[in-house]
This record gives sequence, C-alpha cells and structure tokens, in this order.
Amino acid sequence: MNDLLAGLQSAFGLIIHLDHDLVEISLRSLQVTVSAVLISAAIGLPFGAWLSVTRFRYRRFAIALLNALMGLPPVVVGLFVYILLSRSGPFGVLDLLFTPTAMIIAQVIIVTPIIASIAHQSMRDLWFLYHDLLISIKTTKWQRMKALLWDGRRSLLTATLTGFGRGIGEIGAIMIVGGNIDHLTRVLTTAIALEVGKGDFPLALGLGIVLISMAILINLAIHILSRTEREGTW
Amino acid sequence: MVETILPVELKNAIVRKGEKDIIGPLDLSFGATGCSILIGPNGAGKTTFLRLLHGLERTNSGAVRWAAKKSDVFSRQSFVFQSPVVLRRSGIENIAYPLYVRGVAKKAARTEAEKWIDEIGLGDVGCYDAHVFSGGEKQKLAMARALITKPEVLFLDEPTANLDGASTLEIERLILAAREAGTRIIMATHDFGQAKRLADEILFMYRGKIRERKPTDAFFNTPETEEAHKFIRGDLLL
Repeated sequence: MNDLLAGLQSAFGLIIHLDHDLVEISLRSLQVTVSAVLISAAIGLPFGAWLSVTRFRYRRFAIALLNALMGLPPVVVGLFVYILLSRSGPFGVLDLLFTPTAMIIAQVIIVTPIIASIAHQSMRDLWFLYHDLLISIKTTKWQRMKALLWDGRRSLLTATLTGFGRGIGEIGAIMIVGGNIDHLTRVLTTAIALEVGKGDFPLALGLGIVLISMAILINLAIHILSRTEREGTW
Repeated sequence: MVETILPVELKNAIVRKGEKDIIGPLDLSFGATGCSILIGPNGAGKTTFLRLLHGLERTNSGAVRWAAKKSDVFSRQSFVFQSPVVLRRSGIENIAYPLYVRGVAKKAARTEAEKWIDEIGLGDVGCYDAHVFSGGEKQKLAMARALITKPEVLFLDEPTANLDGASTLEIERLILAAREAGTRIIMATHDFGQAKRLADEILFMYRGKIRERKPTDAFFNTPETEEAHKFIRGDLLL
C-alpha cells in the first residue's frame, strides 16, 4: 500500500516538475508508437479493405493466418528484427540496430496484423451490406475499397487505436532491438522495467501511471477530434 | 447518340443454385420502351430474374444477350432493391455517388444530386446522414440514386413492398416520370393495383418460368393458365 501511495506521489512529482528525463522518454515512446501505428494503418487498412472485397482461392486461409498473427509474441518479433538488423544480418549495413527506427520496424510488424484484422472484420460486415449496390453501380475494386474505407472510418479508427494500445504498452520487442539506451532508445515501458529491476518501485509506478494517463488522453483526444458518438451512429 | 443497349434477349437461360433450377429455361426478349411488370408468388424467381438481367447473377446455361457491347451495358442500367441499400453518408452524397463512380467532377455531381434531392422532396434533410431517414425516404433516395445516371433500363425489385400509401405514390410518380423520359422499366411487384397502374404488360412467373406474358388488361381480365387465374383470384398458389 505504501508503495502505491509513494508511486502516486512520485508520479505527481514527475509530472508537476516536468522532469526532463520523463518528458524525453515519454516523447520517445510517442514518437516510436505513433510512427509505427501510422505506417501500420497505411498498410493494414487498405489491406483489410482489399481482403474484404476480393475473393481468391486461399482467402479463408489468409484470414485465419492474419488473425493468428495478431497474437505474435513481441519477444520473437524483436529477436527476428534483431537478427535481420544485426551486423552479420542481411540489413546490417543500414546500421539500424539500437535506434528508434529499429523499434518502429519491430512495432510495425506487431501492430499491422492487429489493425488489418480488426479493419477487415468491420469492413467485411459493411461489404455484406454494400455488395449488391456497389456491383450494381459498376464500381471498380479500388472504388469499392475506397467506399468501405471512407464509410467505415469510425470502426477503422477503433482498429487503429487498438493498434496504438498494443504498441504503446509493448516492451518485449523494443527492449531487444532498442536496447533501452539512456537518451537514445529508452522509452516508458523499458524505463519501468529498468526501475523495477533496480528496486525503485515508486519511480517505476510513477512512470506506469504516466504511461496509462498518456494512453487514455490520446484515445480521448482522438475520439473528441473525430466526433465519435456525436454525429451519426457509426 | 450512342446506340441503344436494348433489346435484351434471353436464350434458354437457366440459373441453378445447388441442384435446383431457380429459373429457366427462359426464352424471351424485352424491347426498347414500356413498362413490364413481373408478378408471381414468393420464390417464383422474380428477384433472380431481375438480377440475372442486371448481371448480378450468372446463367448456368444459356445466355443473356444485350444489343450493345458488354462494357457499355451495365453502366447504362440501374437497380432498385427491395430493401434500399443506404451508404453511410449524407442523403446528397448517397445520390451523387454513382456520378462520382463514373468520374463526374465533384461539384457537378453535387449540383445534380441537389436537383434530385429536391425532386424527391428531401431537400431540407439532404445534408443529414441517410441512415436516420425513414423507410420511405430511404427508398426515394434509392430511386433518385438509380435515376441520376439517366439509365436506359431501370430494374425495380418490389420497391414499395414495405411502404405506406403516400410513399408508394411518390415512388410510382418517379417510375412514371422515368418512363415518360424514355427509360425502359422492368419491375417485380406483389401489388396488383400497382401493376395495373404502371404496367404495359404483365409477365406471370411461377416456379422459375414465365407462364404468361400479356398486355395488362388482357392478363387481368382473361388469364390463360390455371395458376394465373388462381393467383389473380387470390387463392394460395403452392
């Protein structure tokens, strides 16, 4: 109980004094995850739409695989990216290991299947409604995808925010490819792990509270900006 | 003036679902003008027949032949479904959508859509999400969306099945106006009154086949087949 109170105190202390290190690692957390989510959305949303409007032989298999990839263990993804980016790996020359870029790459691999799968789920339902009309109007495949992406934008936002939630709290992969280097690749989650390891529970808890508050604030901000639950029912 | 896509001709056309023949074999054709109405009990194949002509279904054997190139045919017809499909957009955007798809500039498409939304009497609510519209309003929206492309052929699948008298009247007014403007109407309905008001000819469909095809008055006054006779009298056709 004392630890919890101390954690709260330390969280307030950090926030009120705008602790320089705290601001830095919070911003890096955001930088890594927001970049990863934007890239993932740019890949995952059109892919989900494409999967909804396209019939091909192994479609069911592709969907099952995509759903399974939602549960990719981050540690394994981290290891995989580590091997690819390490000096002896195929992309070693790019010198990306232990940089925020490497962390973004790892998170893109984790987040893209989540966004694509949830997006596909909702657009498939929408496609079921639109199917006859859009075929009747003689739309091209690209126009169908565009209609689904635009008319399903609210649920796609949810898909994207789910991806963000997964990314911002993720530690397994970014710890491996980022290395938790102070002032370079340290983010909130890796910092918490470090403080726990050192036995500084109040600081770890304080960072945890900052992390959770940040996730909530971002979600709220996006919902307010996109006026969910205000205009229309979708 | 581009050549017309009509007449359309069905040659020995059959549509199968599983083992069962849903419709066919059908041999008939539709000329360039007028209003043909399909009547018949549920499950007779009216919807499948309309969808086949419109290209939403394929024949398992036989063929549907239009007078023009295939690439032209389907973009010059429209289909109004029994339960209107409404896009998750405003009323105006719903109506303008087929024009966007055809590559009409956004501004021109919206201007045209505004004309149509006034025409169907929804001008005041055109900027609202179409999902809050009533059933009748949604169907009028679907009519406007079907007509905005100035189709040569308009298919309607029981467009007034769930509507009240006033809405039905509105829809019928739009159908008649389209017909006046030279659009070929091919429509299914369960409403004999509507068939009498709108149709030039009646096609009586039963168990996947066209059992009778006659001018409206002749059909209702002197049906030839036993089934048509029963159907008009209001007996249950099993």
